[in-house]
Amino acid sequence: MSLLELKDISKIYGNLHALDHVNLTVDQGEWIAIMGPSGSGKSTMMNIISCMDKPTTGQVIFDGRDITKDSRRKLTEFHRDKIGLVFQQFHLINYLNAVENVMVAQYYHSMPDEKEALEALERVGLKDRAKHLPSQLSGGEQQRVCIARALINSPSLILADEPTGNLDEANENIVLDLFRQLHKEGTSLIVVTHDPEVGEVAQRIVRLEHGKIASDKKNEQFAE
Amino acid sequence: MNKKHRMFIRMVMASLLRRRSRMIVALLAIVVGATILSGLGMIYYDVPRQMSAQFRSYGANVILTPSDGTALKDSAVNQSMAFFPSEQLEGYTPYRYENTKLHNLPVTLAGTDFASVLKTSPYWHIAGTLPNQNGQTLVGKHIAEQFGLRVGDSLEPINSFEVTEDMDVTALLPEEVYTDPATGERYCDHILSLTVAGILETGGSEEDYIYVTLSDLKDFTLTDRGYDIVEVSAAAREDALKGYLTAINQQVSGVSAKVVKRVTASESTVLSKLESLVLIVTIVVLALTMICVATTMMAVITERRREIGLRKALGALDSSIVAEFLSEGLVLGGIGGLIGSILGYLFADVVSMNVFSSAITFRPLLLPITIVVSVVVTGLACLIPIRSAVDVDPALVLKGE
Repeated sequence: MSLLELKDISKIYGNLHALDHVNLTVDQGEWIAIMGPSGSGKSTMMNIISCMDKPTTGQVIFDGRDITKDSRRKLTEFHRDKIGLVFQQFHLINYLNAVENVMVAQYYHSMPDEKEALEALERVGLKDRAKHLPSQLSGGEQQRVCIARALINSPSLILADEPTGNLDEANENIVLDLFRQLHKEGTSLIVVTHDPEVGEVAQRIVRLEHGKIASDKKNEQFAE
Repeated sequence: MNKKHRMFIRMVMASLLRRRSRMIVALLAIVVGATILSGLGMIYYDVPRQMSAQFRSYGANVILTPSDGTALKDSAVNQSMAFFPSEQLEGYTPYRYENTKLHNLPVTLAGTDFASVLKTSPYWHIAGTLPNQNGQTLVGKHIAEQFGLRVGDSLEPINSFEVTEDMDVTALLPEEVYTDPATGERYCDHILSLTVAGILETGGSEEDYIYVTLSDLKDFTLTDRGYDIVEVSAAAREDALKGYLTAINQQVSGVSAKVVKRVTASESTVLSKLESLVLIVTIVVLALTMICVATTMMAVITERRREIGLRKALGALDSSIVAEFLSEGLVLGGIGGLIGSILGYLFADVVSMNVFSSAITFRPLLLPITIVVSVVVTGLACLIPIRSAVDVDPALVLKGE
């Protein structure tokens, strides 16, 4: 059974068709890279999948349920339970330390638990930096905290928007290794990127151009 | 308290303590507002007391006279004074007037209590000193000029009367008493030997009297008939004074109590105008302060739109975000209100010392009022930007750029 299905999705701003009759199916445990040039509709697609935006037409089916017509509050609750977000800019709360930043996601989801949050940080190799503020962490460390925060509520899908865009090569590799590990554990991943190196490690590569899917291929070089 | 509540407090406290520079700016705005509010509040409530005390330099504002045309007795005076609250009663001075002669010219002696006279007549200007013992006198300027008297000079007013059988003549000197050979009746020229301790200048009718102690006047007249008038100085509003006087007139026999209209009416007018002025200034400053606090809080919250967007992206409901940010504002409002009310008292005290030369009265009720107003104002100031901030589109504020 597919985890996510975009059915004939269009998003229109005035005369601009940011997404134009897009169809996409994401299976459980799949790792997809969405690639394309600026303005191709990557961010719009990401926002629609993450329930932060609604399509002008079409349906979003998540876990077999059409969420397109859901109220804002319902969408927030749905998104909170099902999706973990990883941002290019990390977006950590600057006055909370690493473990508190992870606990914020727990707080809005269910019940904060420092022990679990520390375990999530341990998973991304940052347990010893748990009490550090974001300003005391490197870019790579901040992104790993961001990943720990995305993971903490065991979401069905992790959506990463240019997750390595602000990282050097060494940190990029650490983040990609984490993604590999998550994929192995069965987590579904959608990574929006324009970096071919990041895209090429995914299981499937979807290319967007002018709001349409230009190509949708299995990655032959994908290594389990 | 469950883990969720603990996390809530942890986030609020982290925001307050770890964003120190931002919070200090916001706190400063609240403290300044609360200081001004509390300070002006204290001044507003203390102005009547301070001004009433200041107005006492105009002299007595209540006059007691005998209602039956005789004289006021000590018991009636004491009974009357009991109607004035002790903290409002600045002082009272009795006067007894007796006509006599000095160098064969008619003069009036006024017996009084020099220890209290300056409390009811603080405007008296005295060249020399106030008499502080029997045998000393304070001479009005007109009298001094008429008789060429100066400080240190002696004067001897003479009281001439017929000595009757019932008189206590022990205070008389033998040489003062003589018998009329024609009628055989005895007469006395009783002399009061006085030394001028001071010359009184007021510009008013007081300059026409020779002031002596009540004791000297009693010895001089051989009688203690009571007082002709008692001047009272009370630091109270006109309406309160009228209340006291009505009670005195109704309950103390032989006493007629009246306000000195020219004093109380002008006091009342000036006071109500001053109160209105302070009230208007307080309201204007409060309004400006609210705008200042609101603007600061708006700026502080607006710059956190991205954080609000992130929280929404993490699944926060609008109500949850409003509760978190509002709590921060309320804590700041409470702390700012507490500091401000203390500083406000100090501010009001400095103003009072400089303007009225006396300390301000601390009004404990203003402390909780300032804190509550501060919390409410800060809460309202936060609510407006928070309400608009929760409408942010997380997709927009979290954009990668």
